[in-house]
Amino acid sequence: MSEQMTIRVTINGKAYERTVEPRLLLSDFLRHECDLTGTHVGCEHGVCGACTVLFDGLPVRSCLMFAVQAHGHEVTTVEGLAPEAPERLHPLQEAFWEAHGLQCGFCTPGFLMTLVPFLEQNPNPSDEEIREAIAGNLCRCTGYQHIVSAVKLAAAKMHPDPSLRETR
Amino acid sequence: MTTRYFGQRIKRNEDPVLLSGRALFTDDVHLPDMLHVAFVRSDHAHGRIVSIDVEAAREREGVVAVYTAADLGDYWQPGPLLVPPPPIEGIVFNARTQVPLAKDKVRHVGEPIAMVVAESRYIAEDAVEDIFVEIEPLPAVVDMEKALEPDAPLIHEDLDSNLAAHVVQTKGDYEKAKAEADVVIRRRFYYNHGIAAAMENRGMVAHWDAKTQHLTMWDTTQAPIAIRNGLAAMLGLSTSQVRVIAPFIGGGFGPKIMMFYPEEVLIPWAAMKLNRPVKWIEDRRENFFATTHERDQIHWAEIALTKEGRILGVKDTFLHDTGAYDPYGLTVPINSQCTLLGCYDVPNYYSEFKAVFTNKTLVTPYRGAGRQHGVFVMERLLDIAARELGLDRNEIRRRNFIPPDKFPYNNEIIYQDFVPLVYDSGNYEPALNKALELIGYEQFVKEEQPRLRAEGKHVGIGVVAYVEGTGIGPYEGARVQIESNGMVNVATGIGTQGQGHFTSFAQVVADQLGVDVRKIRMVTGDTAEFHWGTGTFASRGAVVAGNAIHAAAAAVRQKILKLASQELEVAEEDLELGDGKVWVRGVPDTAIDLGTLAVKANPLRGAVKPGTEPGLEATAYFGPERGATANGVHAMIVEVDPETATVQIKRYVTVHDCGRVINPLILDGQIHGGIAQGIGNAFYERIIYDDNGQLLTASFMDYLIPTAMEVPPIEIDHVETPSPLNPLGTKGAGEAGAIPTGALFAQAIEDALAEYNLEIREIPLSPNRLFELIQEAKAKKGGA
Repeated sequence: MSEQMTIRVTINGKAYERTVEPRLLLSDFLRHECDLTGTHVGCEHGVCGACTVLFDGLPVRSCLMFAVQAHGHEVTTVEGLAPEAPERLHPLQEAFWEAHGLQCGFCTPGFLMTLVPFLEQNPNPSDEEIREAIAGNLCRCTGYQHIVSAVKLAAAKMHPDPSLRETR
Repeated sequence: MTTRYFGQRIKRNEDPVLLSGRALFTDDVHLPDMLHVAFVRSDHAHGRIVSIDVEAAREREGVVAVYTAADLGDYWQPGPLLVPPPPIEGIVFNARTQVPLAKDKVRHVGEPIAMVVAESRYIAEDAVEDIFVEIEPLPAVVDMEKALEPDAPLIHEDLDSNLAAHVVQTKGDYEKAKAEADVVIRRRFYYNHGIAAAMENRGMVAHWDAKTQHLTMWDTTQAPIAIRNGLAAMLGLSTSQVRVIAPFIGGGFGPKIMMFYPEEVLIPWAAMKLNRPVKWIEDRRENFFATTHERDQIHWAEIALTKEGRILGVKDTFLHDTGAYDPYGLTVPINSQCTLLGCYDVPNYYSEFKAVFTNKTLVTPYRGAGRQHGVFVMERLLDIAARELGLDRNEIRRRNFIPPDKFPYNNEIIYQDFVPLVYDSGNYEPALNKALELIGYEQFVKEEQPRLRAEGKHVGIGVVAYVEGTGIGPYEGARVQIESNGMVNVATGIGTQGQGHFTSFAQVVADQLGVDVRKIRMVTGDTAEFHWGTGTFASRGAVVAGNAIHAAAAAVRQKILKLASQELEVAEEDLELGDGKVWVRGVPDTAIDLGTLAVKANPLRGAVKPGTEPGLEATAYFGPERGATANGVHAMIVEVDPETATVQIKRYVTVHDCGRVINPLILDGQIHGGIAQGIGNAFYERIIYDDNGQLLTASFMDYLIPTAMEVPPIEIDHVETPSPLNPLGTKGAGEAGAIPTGALFAQAIEDALAEYNLEIREIPLSPNRLFELIQEAKAKKGGA
């Protein structure tokens, strides 16, 4: 396995060039080659969703992709949501904080990266829609209820125009 | 005091770093020159190791070392017995603890046999494939009942049988009570509690600094101090040469306390031997068979009652599967034995169990820690008794609740903390009443259920009660210190795995010192910051560490008052604290910042009075005489589809009493999470071994953790009965949610399917299993 490939990936707006083995997982690349350890690895078989990142704006499981597949693409990780964190957070992160939407915090980056594009597509989701949206992310601590509350709160924060906040 | 934080729903101090991906978890530790480990694990449940060929692995490029048991020399020792058996008369306990690497025999699938250390994890895993282990298979002991048959293969050949323990505990005289009873009910129950499946797997990184002769280990443990002490002893180091850090931990729930795992023994040893940092991170598949389980018990239980439904006595005999080794002693079955008694005044009790070695992963506590099993048996007995006696299920519970004037209530048996099981305080009926009111019990059974049944819907309601022994000793400690910039440092020895300690403990300190809760820097789980303590388990953090922190903060408050009274030349009683300052009451101009006062407490010139200690700092310890007993009632409405045997939770209500509450927001989260795990245990999760001891459910595709679609919104209310055993009046809350859910599912499903006359005597259920039970009931009905 000595074959190496040089790849260029834009992560959180910054260009990274690394020489890697073709078998290197995208999750390991982000965490161990780029030191972006906010992306967590929970199962490495695509079920738990903890490693979710945005790949050209869409949520993917970084444990089910190879780093070389990201060559020439844009990846956003949790670190990219709020560049001035922890002092300044993304509204979704703020909402998770206020609603106690996390306990151990290990699965949280995956939830956030699943929910950011979800809220862009559906700015005013119902509880049921939120639960469906996060059904591919496992959390063992919260029982999901405060996560659902956090998403409702975030929807309100991100769309301060009351006409977009009609209750459902 | 300007602000009172105790009892407030305040958001957590630790969240911004967690939310922004900037928190340090164990796998986030990167050190220069670090090596990576992968293990060869047994594919056989039971067998003799004939040979291990590691030559090809050693020759692979990038492999630095390969170790088997033979390479460990004198370092190879069975692990320590972590929890000795409690002092119960006539107890039999055979301690057989796990080994770092299997030597002659393997005793469960997943037991480590060889360890590869390489330049990357990828290379280490390649090298694992190069290693050939020849194992002569032996018949696997899988079934608990068969394990004790005379011709069963022996897992530990130096023992006469696979018996790990035999314990009898009694209160009063059950046989006499039975002779006087109007009704005696006897049933067999099966309860299987699964695995913790914390989202973060286990892992550790060890770094030996040869120049300073100092070992640092980051470890996903719930008990860093115990690990530090043990490592120092094993490695021949002083405890001051070893620092164990439990950084942010991605969920614990019990199994992460099971020190010492083989990997915890091996990783620091390899780091010292190779003089390079060494990392091992468990993968999810390993987590299923290398991290401890909780699993199953079979109970043969009997309850004797008067015709009015008053309990005269309970007799319970059970088998407990302890897996291949039993380093954690008898905590789980003792909890089952004790928690079975529940909220009820049981005058006579006979309880006997046998713990059994099997060729399966070790069993140690997982959230609830055997309490589920006991609660299930008792609640089921009461449901069956109520049916037989024609009583309402709530009425039979009401008639047997320990009345509030009977506390402290002595159950006369020994609990897991080695002292008699005495409930400190409780008030059970209000919790039941509140739960019934909240879920609208009367209205549901009188109006809604008949209406929905008429529409052809199978809806049912369940209501169950439970107690939880929490907050056990021996002790925890804490140090509180005010810095010259006015920040407050607090350190305690327990680790934290998401329980919100950085906030709830800060609330306790903030109230004592009159400082902003956000100005408190809390450190948990770093032996360099605080090095006495026990660990995070048994719902004890808020009780034991919380009260130690409270005591340390109160001592610092006294130091502030003493020094300020000298500086301001007034009596201590005339001083007030708030906003990080101290001043003479009514004279705000006299205010001194606590930071300034801290500087004065550490003079650089001049003399201090004899006996003066520097700094505004104090260390204190707290050890309760025994645990505090929390309790609660859960109620649930379900709709069952008898065709598909799926269960939909329509409403879920819980009323919980854990004494005084530090932060209700955090408490709600703990309850929600516990219930979610309880729902998983009751209906979705199941550990399945085949007859050869192979684990068939070793992925999240086979072992089903509930998602947001399976866990309903949970409605919570509280009763507050403070514990008299500690100054804060707190009781633990970590495990409560998970305890009664199995019993609740059984009752609610039976009610929903009343026409089939089901009697559910097992957990977990699943759509498949429930479908079978429905078919059996239909056949019985048809045949009758």
